[in-house]
Amino acid sequence: MENILSVLIFFPAVAGLLGFVVDKNSARVYGISVAVVEFLLSLWLWMSFDGTNAGMQFVEIIPLVPDFGISYYVGVDGISLFIVVMAALMTMLGMISMNIEKDIKNMVISLLFLEMTMIGVFVALDAIVFYLFWELSLVPMLYIIGAWGGPLRIYASVKFFLYTFSGSLIMLVGMLFMAYLYQSISGVWSFSITDWYALVLPMNYQIWLFLAFFIGFAVKVPMFPFHTWLPYAHGQAPTIGSVILAAVLLKMGTYGFVRFSLPMFPDASTQMIMPIAVLSIIMIIYTAMVAYAQKDIKQVIAYSSVSHMGVIMLGIFAMNAEGIGGSIFLMLSHGIVSGALFMLVGVIYDRRHTKLMSEFGGLASVMPKYALIFGIMLMASVGLPLTIGFVGEFLVLLGFYKVSVIGTILAGTSVIVGAIYMLSLYKKSFFGPVTNEENSKLADLDAKELVALVPLVVIVIWLGVYPKPVLGPIDNSVKALLGFMHEKAQTTEVKEIITLSKNIKEAK
Amino acid sequence: MLEPISVSLASLNLVTLAPMLVAVAGGLILLIIDLIKGDLHKSLYVMLTILILFVDFGSVMGLNVNERGFFDVMLIDGIAIISQLLILAASMLFIPLALTSKRFHEYSYPEFFALFLFMIAGFQFMVASDNLILIFVGIETASLSLYTLIALHNRYNSYEAAVKYFTMGALAAGFYAMGSAVIYALTGSVELYQIAEVLQSRISESSVMLAVLGGSVLLLGAFAFKLSLFPFHTWTPDVYEGASAPLAGYMSIVPKVAALVVAMRIFGLYIDLGVEWVRIAILVLSVLTMTLANMMALVQDDVKRMLAYSSISHVGFVMAAIALDTTKGNTGVFLYYALYMFTNLGAFAMLWISRHKNRVFHKRFDHPYEKFSGLIKIMPMGAVVMALFMLSLAGVPPFSVFWGKIYIMSAAVDAGYVWLAVVMGLNSAIAAYYYLKLVVYMFLKEPEGNDDTIYYNTSKPLMSMIGIAVVATVGSVFFMQPLISYIFYMVSASGY
Repeated sequence: MENILSVLIFFPAVAGLLGFVVDKNSARVYGISVAVVEFLLSLWLWMSFDGTNAGMQFVEIIPLVPDFGISYYVGVDGISLFIVVMAALMTMLGMISMNIEKDIKNMVISLLFLEMTMIGVFVALDAIVFYLFWELSLVPMLYIIGAWGGPLRIYASVKFFLYTFSGSLIMLVGMLFMAYLYQSISGVWSFSITDWYALVLPMNYQIWLFLAFFIGFAVKVPMFPFHTWLPYAHGQAPTIGSVILAAVLLKMGTYGFVRFSLPMFPDASTQMIMPIAVLSIIMIIYTAMVAYAQKDIKQVIAYSSVSHMGVIMLGIFAMNAEGIGGSIFLMLSHGIVSGALFMLVGVIYDRRHTKLMSEFGGLASVMPKYALIFGIMLMASVGLPLTIGFVGEFLVLLGFYKVSVIGTILAGTSVIVGAIYMLSLYKKSFFGPVTNEENSKLADLDAKELVALVPLVVIVIWLGVYPKPVLGPIDNSVKALLGFMHEKAQTTEVKEIITLSKNIKEAK
Repeated sequence: MLEPISVSLASLNLVTLAPMLVAVAGGLILLIIDLIKGDLHKSLYVMLTILILFVDFGSVMGLNVNERGFFDVMLIDGIAIISQLLILAASMLFIPLALTSKRFHEYSYPEFFALFLFMIAGFQFMVASDNLILIFVGIETASLSLYTLIALHNRYNSYEAAVKYFTMGALAAGFYAMGSAVIYALTGSVELYQIAEVLQSRISESSVMLAVLGGSVLLLGAFAFKLSLFPFHTWTPDVYEGASAPLAGYMSIVPKVAALVVAMRIFGLYIDLGVEWVRIAILVLSVLTMTLANMMALVQDDVKRMLAYSSISHVGFVMAAIALDTTKGNTGVFLYYALYMFTNLGAFAMLWISRHKNRVFHKRFDHPYEKFSGLIKIMPMGAVVMALFMLSLAGVPPFSVFWGKIYIMSAAVDAGYVWLAVVMGLNSAIAAYYYLKLVVYMFLKEPEGNDDTIYYNTSKPLMSMIGIAVVATVGSVFFMQPLISYIFYMVSASGY
């Protein structure tokens, strides 16, 4: 099936449209069935994916507006493949664990449309199609946060929308300028990313274009000065909203850097290593410290999520195979781990309707299974060896070590601070005597929650012990990307920085 | 003794006049029908008007590009044809909105429809000529009919709106007449192509420049009034509020298209002559217009006033494309309006079907935000459709207005005005806030004790018009290619 990507994109959308007809008492089952089929389709994509081929596969091109160079152009490579699978997986598990009664049908339909936009962003190879899915993803998320969120939900959802929308409009101007440059050199209009790759631009253009794209992506990541929308969005969003937001939507930003900024502007990216590294390190340390100061479990995880996104940024701008490959792996592991943690917070919130650490204590004796899974996920988040979190974080730090030793040491403190806030969270909520009467009769995880969480535990340990099936294709595509950047770079200094290390460390 | 002038009928090329004649004759036929038999139902007049517009549309389609006629005062070039097609299409979308389930008395007068057709003839004259006097006649014919149409609505503030529009329009007419007089004094002609020739030969004379500036200031003022550019926009929200919702939607499209075409002809001429000052002035005006109108739209309590300010801001956006004076920019103007037309008329039609005879929800406004709160619970489809229109107006892809926006932004980038594209982008972000405000009210708030009477004024014709608007808004990506290539061909064929 050569057109599997189109099926993957439009299957949830069609399902969402048909969902309007489904009766609201059956909507949940409908949503889960669709999400399972979608996940199986994504597995099929993985199975038929040729891991040794570093280029784009399953490419489809249909011209939409030829006069203006816009076409429906999709394809997948090792970088995007696993993010697509992860997006389908997290949507499915999120939907299974979902515990919402109110307007369930609207929620299912929104989630299905959201799934379309998420898959679309990661497989689009035409800038306008990419932008289209990118912007469209805001709408269902706005509704999910705004309709099912906490008390400040409207403020949080509008803030989320406006921040991302403003940033991406600047990115749109960058895209239009890029298309104009392409047109003035080649004579035809094209928004195709692979066409744009071929352009070798003078430095001043590269810098400005890099900045335009940077604003769009940085808001989404969210990079340090633009991150203020995220704690609100997470704090107010319902569990499913936080899961999708942390697991998939944030990855759009970092994916954008890998897909657009690096190959299109290799020289500007190399020049920007230091400013971005500084921002990332500030982001890593500052948000880790803020996370420690939180009283709300969900906010701790939200801030730790920002901190980990900083590590991912650092890896991308290490400009070597370990760093970028590690970042992409970390995107996956962070998606799985933070998604699972938000689900776990949702579990306790459904039972107690509070997320404050001070309300809990001694949960380990009341809910042993819950405590065990929470513990595993927490360790994976901190980056304990033999969990999924370790592989990516180690590779990123290893990669960045070649760029700056001090930077690596500073970034490495994130692991320590991370361990501090996560373990203190665990201690306050799970250990010690049961201090609050209400907690003594809490039910442990039920079947539905176990079905959603156990697969994630399995993945966390499987890929922690043996990451090769995933790292292999990623590594191939990353090396191809670096080789391309190396060739395209205009000065020898830049070429030196963009190093191709042949011996990537695997399977720690 | 004067020589008798013999004019052969063939040299008049009367076919260039045919579209306007169809509209005028149609209006007269409607009046005669009323004379012969009174108290006919409005549905008859609506359908007859659509048929007349259909014939009109056909006669425009039949015109050849770049013809002159009627002593060369008529100029049928590409932009004249596209703009007439746009005007007629918007009119055909508008007029069925008269068929509401509740009776609003202006639509039971046949004069309404006759005036409407005369107004269209006026707009057609405006766009299909490069003679300053005929343009003036077109503007006045159209405007006088429009003032009356506004005043026919059943609110006391409709009279206020009409009078306000009339006084402002008179001022603009004065500006226009004086500006044309200055040009005539300079060049001895009222034909734009001759004016261009004479000015071209005299542009280096130092004394001419001052007069050119004076004339262009007056003309710019006149068109700023007509297009509601800052600081001449103050009449717009009040007039829209006083007019009925569909007429307000109509006013945000058709008169603007006509005025933009004339602006394109006149100011394009100045910019081609190298009067850089005019370009700067237009850019400054349009940037101020879109920014300030967006700011003001943020604080409105009434959806209709919000949409009025939003339409001002859209005009500012499009006006900037005229300052670029490139084929792509001018193509963008028509493309933008061809797409905006469906979305904006759809949005105003949604207000129209929720219109009550009396103000139920607010003592001053017909359409306060509160009226729409929790609409998703009461009328899910209605809320989804309105949200689609709002997202489209905000420029969220893949809905229609997005394509117009990127085309104009891309034209700005091509012409070297990257800062302008950035300003446009930031303005779209500001605008997103007030469009979202309505979406938030509809989707995220609880109903405020309203019952199911929100869609009070609905009827099948209205629903089908909204259906057409929705299809055009959502499916725009599929007809972008033919639309762009047709408009681009027409614009470049007429040399703009």
